[in-house]
Amino acid sequence: MAFFLEVLIGGLLAGVLYSLVALGFVLIFKASGVFNFAQGAMVLTAALALVRTLDIAQKEWHWPFGLALAAGFAFAAVVMAVIAWAAERMVLRKLVNQEGIILFMATIGMTFFIEGLAQTLFGADVYPLNIGLPKEPVFILESVFDGGILVNELDIWAAVIAGLLVAGLALFFQRTRIGRALRAVADDHAAAQSVGIPLNQIWFIVWLVAGLVALVAGAVWGSKLGVQFSLSLLALKALPVLILGGFTSVPGAIIGGLIIGAGEKLAEVFVGPSMGGGIEIWFAYVLALLFLLVRPQGLFGERIIERV
Amino acid sequence: MFYREAGQYKASYQADQAIFPIAQDRIVVVALLAVAFLVVPFVVSEYTYRAVLIPVVILSLAAIGLNVLMGYCGQVSLGSGAFMAVGAYAAFNLSVRLPFLNPFVCILLGGFVAAGVGIAFGVPSLRIKGFYLACATLAAQFFADWAFLRIKWFTNYTPSGSVNAPPLQAFGYDLSSPTANYLVSLVFAVVLGLAAKNIVRGHVGRQWMAIRDMDIAAEIIGVRPMYAKLTAFAVSSFLIGVAGGLWAFVYLGSWEPAAFSIDRSFQLMFMVIIGGLGSILGSVLGAAFIVLLPIFLNQALPPLGALFGWKISTATVSHFESMIFGALIVFFLIVEPHGLARLWSVAKEKLRLWPFPH
Repeated sequence: MAFFLEVLIGGLLAGVLYSLVALGFVLIFKASGVFNFAQGAMVLTAALALVRTLDIAQKEWHWPFGLALAAGFAFAAVVMAVIAWAAERMVLRKLVNQEGIILFMATIGMTFFIEGLAQTLFGADVYPLNIGLPKEPVFILESVFDGGILVNELDIWAAVIAGLLVAGLALFFQRTRIGRALRAVADDHAAAQSVGIPLNQIWFIVWLVAGLVALVAGAVWGSKLGVQFSLSLLALKALPVLILGGFTSVPGAIIGGLIIGAGEKLAEVFVGPSMGGGIEIWFAYVLALLFLLVRPQGLFGERIIERV
Repeated sequence: MFYREAGQYKASYQADQAIFPIAQDRIVVVALLAVAFLVVPFVVSEYTYRAVLIPVVILSLAAIGLNVLMGYCGQVSLGSGAFMAVGAYAAFNLSVRLPFLNPFVCILLGGFVAAGVGIAFGVPSLRIKGFYLACATLAAQFFADWAFLRIKWFTNYTPSGSVNAPPLQAFGYDLSSPTANYLVSLVFAVVLGLAAKNIVRGHVGRQWMAIRDMDIAAEIIGVRPMYAKLTAFAVSSFLIGVAGGLWAFVYLGSWEPAAFSIDRSFQLMFMVIIGGLGSILGSVLGAAFIVLLPIFLNQALPPLGALFGWKISTATVSHFESMIFGALIVFFLIVEPHGLARLWSVAKEKLRLWPFPH
């Protein structure tokens, strides 16, 4: 039982990180109807910008840790803003009114461009990232189970950060002027435009917000695994999360991420050995496909997807 | 002046429906084939075969396969690498378990196995489309990666996980030289490419295009979506599977599942988009472009960097490559969604009027 819980909690905490990536997808999909394949590349770029600035500020300029960290986050945020601006200006604006699948392929092109650019500018090695989060493994619930359950403090912090981020986003969407405009655009482009909401500006803002979410995801994943190219493959893991949670739902992204994370780890540990191991790579997809047969719009998706 | 169709009357339906209705086109195609079969083997070096010609020929076939699905039937697939893998491993298993079969027969049969698998993974397309289908085909990709790595039966229990192709020979001739490899791949690509061209011109291809352009309207005029989509998946997977078998047997010789990873799928998708969605010629142009560009960059970038005093490593070259591919994809989607094939037909239009444009 303790082992089961340990696997479950480990999976849930990994799922939190999937959710963070999926969240960026949902934001952009809601506001501009674009399925942004480049989200993973944005996570990689943000993390690379952060870790390189942090390294240089600390080692070459001898700044104190706090200041260097702030500079790193600020620089990464600027990079994300540039990407958001370029994406809106050079890609989205030119492809207005195209089919979703054309936009999807354009974001695949953007993925390759951003990955290449980020690795040319910031380097392509594995960089350890330390943003001050504790990394000690700890035992919890020792009074309930013999020996307790082993979890990593970093994962718990990741969950806390994700929670704060979602709360912050919810506040931003519900309580601010821009948030209201974003929701209006998500609801109906044409109607929003007709009441005077500038679409291009809104798209920039939403890409920027998605970029900042990518920055948080990159910072957390980076401190867990080190900043490396595999971060950009997270985009592929976020796809099943979205199918499960629904493309338009923020809570769906969170719950979907948790289900995929937990399901994946449980399947790997308890079913995997009988099938030769390594089923983690496809389990999420098969789960999502099975789910698609039962409930095509996802757990919290708003509308029935177009049936063929 | 030379490219005039004036005076070429079509006196029968057959002449009107011909695959190359203009006499000059026929001459060019025959001349190209003659050069490819009769001149190239005598002039090119082994390096050119291995680095350029064989990959271009085999990947053209795979790109034609993907174009059937994506360009003609409008079904997005991110799993073409998986179907190449199915073709390759099916051909391998056939050659191991039925050693009396000729390796090329195995490759063809491997294509049929891939077609079967393709139909199975095409079934979801009856219910879903767009991103959802892309996700389903991605599932095929990851599942194939896993299956060929972990299920030992597929690799005939080789301890290293890497498998070897049988010796290539037919009718008592040894076909393992680069020239023979090239000619064999070319025969496969030309015959199957011609078949694909004829299929997309025929009633099946028209059904695919109807489904692509508007599925509901197609259904109303009597196109059966299930039949049209599944035939597209079958034909596409067959072509991709044969290309996978050729890639494994003829080009690689011994291979691991990593040869057919998701990068291969993306590479094929780039070929189709850059070459031109919905064009057989475009698939070939796209394949040639995608194979040649990295070679060109590897040759050109380091000296270019040296001019400015930069030292450009191979890693940087590969990052540049990825940037250029990405930028080109976006560029072509925005400026010319019909890709290189469209540029070619624009050139032909211009040539028709040249040198008197009015």
